[in-house]
Amino acid sequence: MTLETQHIEPHLTSILESVSDPEIPVLSIMDMGVVREAVERDGIVQVKITPTYSGCPAMDVIGDDIVSAFAKANKKAKITLVLSPAWTTDWITDRGRKALEEYGIAAPLSPEADKEALLGNKKIVKCTNCGSTETHLVSQFGSTACKALFKCDVCQEPFDYFKCLK
Amino acid sequence: MNNNLYNYILGIADNSLILGQRLGELCGHGPSLETDIAGTNISLDLFGQVRSYFQYAAQVSGDDAATEDTIAFLRLERHYKNVLLVEQPNTDFGYVIVRQFLFDAYHLLFLKELEKSTDETLAAIAKKSVKEVSYHWRFSSDWIRRLGDGTQESHERVQEAVTDLWMYTDELFHQTEADQAMISEGIGVDTSKLKEVYYKMVSDVLEEATLEVPEGKYFHKGGKQGIHSEHMGYILSDMQYMQRTYPNMEW
Repeated sequence: MTLETQHIEPHLTSILESVSDPEIPVLSIMDMGVVREAVERDGIVQVKITPTYSGCPAMDVIGDDIVSAFAKANKKAKITLVLSPAWTTDWITDRGRKALEEYGIAAPLSPEADKEALLGNKKIVKCTNCGSTETHLVSQFGSTACKALFKCDVCQEPFDYFKCLK
Repeated sequence: MNNNLYNYILGIADNSLILGQRLGELCGHGPSLETDIAGTNISLDLFGQVRSYFQYAAQVSGDDAATEDTIAFLRLERHYKNVLLVEQPNTDFGYVIVRQFLFDAYHLLFLKELEKSTDETLAAIAKKSVKEVSYHWRFSSDWIRRLGDGTQESHERVQEAVTDLWMYTDELFHQTEADQAMISEGIGVDTSKLKEVYYKMVSDVLEEATLEVPEGKYFHKGGKQGIHSEHMGYILSDMQYMQRTYPNMEW
């Protein structure tokens, strides 16, 4: 997590952690790294979020969910979408990566390894079902823009791989 | 109102809008589930990028009533500035992939330069988009290799698409008045400098895919000036239908 570009006032953290990604309910938006700033000024919480992908339809929902989460705590929130610096999979926390794996989505590899995996050069993506790396790419685009579809050659289960974005 | 900046933004965004619409037509009609999903995912990325561009265009338009939606849905055909390449029809999967491939190569090179723009908003959109477009390029060039170096049937059909669509590539590098004004201000990308790299990048993949690089010297143009092919009217009537039928409707 790049702390220098993230500024969140400590008393707002727990509320933000209660909001999850609508597409991946086990992952909080904090672990996803999409919240870049949250500050309370004159009774209004200003939240800056950044999209994972430009066209991610979850962003509007996440914005609404943040507003309603703060409303429950009797706070008003204002959401701003920022594009720069652009989100990277490096901002997913270790806890977030673990949650992804448990949910059945393989966590992103390093950029070099990601390229090898998506070009089918190396078998390195670990099956989230049985743990084998005997897997192959089915499609570079999966159920959402951020994922690719893989299949395990050992247990035969298909699974998603969260593509590296850096 | 900064007319040149406004027109420059539309010149970039309209390419992605119309290509995104073309890919969207394939939703549920792709040749396989995986390619269907890939096409619509790319479409979604492009629309996401278009929203950022149009929101910015609305800001600089000087027109209080302008929004991303009015810019997308309420212009007339002559006001769209996309290149002819992106409006070409989904003749078959070969054409879909070749159109994507020829555009992605340009789009990637263009965005890598736009990242250095002195306009902060455009640079930010470019930095975000370039990551997504790298995947588009990987996908389309991979399919060119697969189809070109595949069966005799796939080879012939993808070669036909390459030969047919080649005549739309030169227009990618034409510069409008707005382009030139923005280049001189350090905001725009000097596309003439990308041309050589582009043809090298495209030719390398085609050769690897055992395909012939067309030698045709005749190229179509006009899209950037709003003079489109006969396909454009059909695209717009489909795309604008809801806003034209139910003015000001919202989801």
